[in-house]
Amino acid sequence: MTGVSLLDVEDLRVRFQRKGQPATTAVDGVSFSVDAGEVVGLVGESGCGKSVTSLAVMGLLPRRGTSISGSVRFDGTDLLALSPSELARRRGRDLAMVFQDPMTSLNPVLTLGRQLTEVLRAHTDLDRAAAKKEAVELLGRVGIPDPRRRAGEFPHQLSGGMRQRVLIAIALACSPRLIIADEPTTALDVTIQAQVLDLLTTLVRESGTAMVLITHDLGVVAGTCDRVNVLYAGRVVESAPRGELFAAPRHRYTQGLLAAVPRVDAPEGTPLHPVRGSVNDRLAWEVGCAFAPRCAHADAACRVPDIALSGPRPEHTARCVHPAGTPLEVA
Amino acid sequence: MAGARSAQAAPSGAAADGPLLSVRGLEVHYPIRTGILQRTVGAVRAVDGVDLDVPRGTTYGLVGESGCGKSTLGRAVLRLTEPTAGSVAIGGTDLLALGGEQLRRERRRMQMVFQDPLASLDPRQTVESALLEPLAVHRAEGGPSAWRARVRGLLDRVGLPSGAGAKYPHEFSGGQRQRVGIARALVLDPDLLVADEPVSALDVSVQAQVLVLLEELQRDLGLTYLVIAHDLAVVKHVSTTVGVMYLGALVEEGTSSGLYARPLHPYTRALLSAAPVPDPVAEASRERILLSGDLPSPADPPSGCRFRTRCPWVQPTRCADERPLLRVVDGHPPTQKVACHWAEDIEAGRLQPRGSARPAAPAA
Amino acid sequence: MTALDALTPQAPPPAEVTGGGGAGPWRSAWRRLRRNPAGIVGAVIVLLFVLVAVLAPLLAPFRPATSEWFGEVTPTSVPGPSDEHPLGLDSYGSDLLTQLIYGARSSLVIGVVSTAVGLAVGALLGVLAGGIGGWVDTVIMRLVDVLLSIPSLLLAVSVAALLGRSPVSIMLAISAAQVPIFARLLRASLLAQRGQDYVVALRSLGLRQRRIVVGHMLPNSLGPVLVQATLTLATAVIEVAALSFLGLGDPNPAVAEWGRMLVTAQDRLDQAPWLALYPGIAIAVTALGFTLLGEALREALDPRSGR
Repeated sequence: MTGVSLLDVEDLRVRFQRKGQPATTAVDGVSFSVDAGEVVGLVGESGCGKSVTSLAVMGLLPRRGTSISGSVRFDGTDLLALSPSELARRRGRDLAMVFQDPMTSLNPVLTLGRQLTEVLRAHTDLDRAAAKKEAVELLGRVGIPDPRRRAGEFPHQLSGGMRQRVLIAIALACSPRLIIADEPTTALDVTIQAQVLDLLTTLVRESGTAMVLITHDLGVVAGTCDRVNVLYAGRVVESAPRGELFAAPRHRYTQGLLAAVPRVDAPEGTPLHPVRGSVNDRLAWEVGCAFAPRCAHADAACRVPDIALSGPRPEHTARCVHPAGTPLEVA
Repeated sequence: MAGARSAQAAPSGAAADGPLLSVRGLEVHYPIRTGILQRTVGAVRAVDGVDLDVPRGTTYGLVGESGCGKSTLGRAVLRLTEPTAGSVAIGGTDLLALGGEQLRRERRRMQMVFQDPLASLDPRQTVESALLEPLAVHRAEGGPSAWRARVRGLLDRVGLPSGAGAKYPHEFSGGQRQRVGIARALVLDPDLLVADEPVSALDVSVQAQVLVLLEELQRDLGLTYLVIAHDLAVVKHVSTTVGVMYLGALVEEGTSSGLYARPLHPYTRALLSAAPVPDPVAEASRERILLSGDLPSPADPPSGCRFRTRCPWVQPTRCADERPLLRVVDGHPPTQKVACHWAEDIEAGRLQPRGSARPAAPAA
Repeated sequence: MTALDALTPQAPPPAEVTGGGGAGPWRSAWRRLRRNPAGIVGAVIVLLFVLVAVLAPLLAPFRPATSEWFGEVTPTSVPGPSDEHPLGLDSYGSDLLTQLIYGARSSLVIGVVSTAVGLAVGALLGVLAGGIGGWVDTVIMRLVDVLLSIPSLLLAVSVAALLGRSPVSIMLAISAAQVPIFARLLRASLLAQRGQDYVVALRSLGLRQRRIVVGHMLPNSLGPVLVQATLTLATAVIEVAALSFLGLGDPNPAVAEWGRMLVTAQDRLDQAPWLALYPGIAIAVTALGFTLLGEALREALDPRSGR
């Protein structure tokens, strides 16, 4: 929060205006920061704004019908103020993205080696031969067996897990300083998911790259992130170091989510405590905490506009009027 | 393979104390055809010899990764996909012996809950008419007014607001749509529900709602479930018995508490070690068993043990030549069965995995 | 591309479950249609065309094809607009405006009847092929392939040549060319739905195949069929004109017809180009109207387009 981080997102707001429809606010004042060598999680369910946030940071939102405000400082420069061509130069070299679906993110008619060398040659001054060599090297680094042969293959010849590794290799191609991974393992089976997460975190730790990991899976967060931002309805509702978030969640939404997820290591007969309602319920609730209509602890105090992120320590804050750990009577 | 198994019809007649669902030697092979003459050159062995029993009022959870054949198995049990061999008996009735019209009438006893509730509902039908139609088709007792009352009661029972009946599927949220799907599956008062990934398309906060609803319905209506899912935690939570599938066959089966506490099969161990847990302490301390290689093609499964190409404990003897059958292992309850030649030695630590097991990435 | 796809699931449809229902798929399609300016233009053109065709006896200043003023037409000149004849006369001495108005009538009748016949026969074949499958499917689709491999105009020409020149043969000719389109459309739609979860669900509920096809799969194919029918009407209007132009049209000179007006205008292109211009515009605008409406319907009925 001190403004010296590698990536500093301040009060980011994204509104979509489509013809003939009311404008929707997808991201509503999101702030977070990421340091070098750090993995920061953006967690939330569909519609919470996590993916839109990442696309806004990367400058990948369509220009028409979108209004973005706030600031996205990367190493001191505001990415939102850059021209599209300047931003494009930064993408790939300084910032890279790994998407959920490894099939549609790769060009089906180009060999893997070709797709890698293309990125390398666009952002570095390697010649063709050197880029080819580097591409094979990268494929090896992300754990693809027999990289020289694989470089000559096409995306459809690889399994889902292997394709995701190739995407990671492409993201790593120019040694970016920040990687944004948007649900990188959601399309993969658990055993493959474990491998890919392992690979990503190892690469980040070894090279000092920063990573923003976007996911809906609290289990994935628990295994990989240093800091976690929980999003709900376009806002960060809780921000905490990983250990604290899971041990002592403050926001009622975070708490509710953790109680609603079944665990493989739970003793037999552990009941689930579902969160009632669905995200759409906020439509009826105009002012105040968006989670209040679904919250067992909500009362009139939750109908205050602009509830701030607060907490006993600046490292662990929540946007909640009745946070867990504070009895209702006191609040 | 099927010949070696008991392919005869399941226990018939007095089925009151037998299992409600009994599957023996079930196979679903899809022919692979090539050329203009459509010559059969092989078969995709989607389901390749599965036996399982589900006692009345219990839940059998089927886990496995994509492509293991669990969904095909679920559909074959309901004869929505035609099995190529084996038998499926529900309450003593052999489904595979039924002809078209008999089967159609028997369908009311077994229903399905789908992964994507929106795709499983006709977009042009209101919820009420979608629920009334099966009652009319089967000429259920009472007349249209009794049916309508039943539909209203059912919608209320699954937690939908009044007035939901007049709406179209797209007007609901994901969780509510799944409630509609469940209500429709229940409208004919079935004994068996096959739920194929019933919550995986839903938001995390809503998944629990649907799981709890399924539990309540089972308790109140005495339903029997076959739940198919890739999420190990979901399966553990809902199941009485869990079966782990790999490449068309069960590799391990046990009570959900027994199997998760002491998994025997290397594949079950790998799955459990990879399942993420929302708890950083547990995540940091556990051993990960990383599997090498990719899932082999079900059109050309490995000889002997199907898992041997990825197994960290694979041995030079037996694994490649003998297909392991499900068996009970000493020191484990008879409810737990594993298809591995070396289960005892692996559990006792007499066999060591090939160097791929290592602790999860340390926390920073 | 994935980056933009990520935007769509971000906004799940609102689900206030209080309040009455009634946002059926047809109704929401209608709402989308009304918001599409191109669709409105198309609908207005189509509506005008239909009105003109139906009300021709009331709108037209004279009776058609009377050659009442044949004396005023000379080999070297055709009278232009006058107070009595706002668009002038045609080369046979009939009022041009009247001819145009009655021309709409024949285009509409032939277009609608032939499309209806093409749709009915094509849909029946498509439903049989897609609903029953097996050898029925194979036989029907090979037949349709044969029909489809003949260029539609050539097919129409052959039918017209075979059955002689009459309005019925024009209609048959045009609908023969449309049968394969509708047959393939319906079959493809039914086949695509056959594996869908909702059809599997209906099977598991114990519905008979016939009921599933007729009661569920067919209504779900109506959208694309409606779109295709509208677009086909555009080609039908053009084909009617084309057949007349080729001399295969209705031989009765008392029936005003845009295609034939084009033919007779040819001899006088240098002295009275408007004789070709007006029917040409009429054909183009009508076809455009149906096309715009069809495309707008396609968008409105596509559930993936925004609500």
